[in-house]
Amino acid sequence: MAEFLEQYGLLLAEGTLETLYMTGAATFFAYVLGLPMGVLLTVTKPGAIAPAPRFNWVFGWAVNILRSIPFIILMFFMIPATRAIVGTSIGATAALVPLSVSAAPFVARMVEQSLEEVDKGVLEAAVCMGATRWQIITRVLLVESVPSLLRGLSICIITILGYTAITGSVGAGGLGNIAYRFGYQRYQTSVMYVVIVMIILLVCIIQTIFDAAARRTDKRNR
Amino acid sequence: MIEIQELTKVFGQGEASVTALDHVSLTVQTGDIYGIIGMSGAGKSTLLRCLSLLETPTSGRVLLDGRDIAAMSGAALRGARRKMGVVFQGYNLLMQKTVAQNVAFPLKLEKGWQKDAVEARVRELLELVGLADKAAAYPAQLSGGQKQRVAIARALATSPETLLCDEPTSALDPLTTQSMLKLLRDINRKLGVTILIITHELTVVSAICSHVAVIGEGRVAEQGAVETVFTAPQSPVTRQLLNREV
Repeated sequence: MAEFLEQYGLLLAEGTLETLYMTGAATFFAYVLGLPMGVLLTVTKPGAIAPAPRFNWVFGWAVNILRSIPFIILMFFMIPATRAIVGTSIGATAALVPLSVSAAPFVARMVEQSLEEVDKGVLEAAVCMGATRWQIITRVLLVESVPSLLRGLSICIITILGYTAITGSVGAGGLGNIAYRFGYQRYQTSVMYVVIVMIILLVCIIQTIFDAAARRTDKRNR
Repeated sequence: MIEIQELTKVFGQGEASVTALDHVSLTVQTGDIYGIIGMSGAGKSTLLRCLSLLETPTSGRVLLDGRDIAAMSGAALRGARRKMGVVFQGYNLLMQKTVAQNVAFPLKLEKGWQKDAVEARVRELLELVGLADKAAAYPAQLSGGQKQRVAIARALATSPETLLCDEPTSALDPLTTQSMLKLLRDINRKLGVTILIITHELTVVSAICSHVAVIGEGRVAEQGAVETVFTAPQSPVTRQLLNREV
């Protein structure tokens, strides 16, 4: 055990940090892109506060198409774009580009689902009070749905964490990369087992934190 | 004064269309408590939704102090809406905000409200509805009657001239209904707010309204002073309503 830690401890710690960095940053950028997309999908529906049925239909399909491209294909497809943005297509930072782009439409659908849960009556009340559309979005939709948005966020983080392992297998670093190099290429299965356990732990910790946060922020069940 | 002139609302098109309101005309005098009564599906709620412009009337006019709100849009419409408070059957409170934040909500939509002024106004309103001690509570912690009081305080925040109430007591027990009606009468007397109540309960109308319009199948069957309409009903719709309750 001590020998194992001495040999691989630093490597695993580095890998964990890299995985957390990729997951955190990719989730951030995925929400920068996906949150407005989700809001747009919700408010442009027929009967919503800014109805634009034709735009909604086209935009909905665009999101579906983007979502249906398998991540591993998108990753290779985006190499030129990644080079243009980051300057290289190798490493953890470069992996953020395909990770964010791939997760954004997923985030958009998660956000849409959360916003759909907001009581239509409350939106009508805000309209009757003379709220503008922007005020309804920022002060009603995005506020009333916070607990649900947090639950969606935890699902997105965990999904993106899984995707970082795929990027790891093509040179982006992180725990996925370690599992691939040692466990697959060098037949050191013990390293792979440890990586699996660490990823399970990460997922459990993330889920627990966000479940608690969602429960704490939700004022409906008191 | 609210004047509703030849208001018609048709849902759908062609053969599948439904006429929810058919040339409805009535006048509510300033300072009055006016009841609109009818059975379920008579078109009462559609009428209220047209008055608060959640639905656009197919034809006809809604005049608020002589200005047609159905023809307004944008900032003018939002301004008109602030002069008209709406109370809903389902309360429609922000569930993630405290009672005080709910009442402050319409004030914060307007520019130029200082923090102190908002707090003072919220305190004043909560005292008016008798919930000063619940300022920090969340709606989920309140009873139905308390929630409706918060909704009334919120609707009054911007000092509207008119209060539109859509079945405000239908989800409440008889005792709570009585105290809610008393509150509405107090508000009418103290603040001079014109109140328009949509209901299917005769007791609500006879308890606080001075005038009433009976709606049946999208039309005004009868209207006038409450005593006249209820003691000498002229239309079959009113008679049916009165019989059903006896």
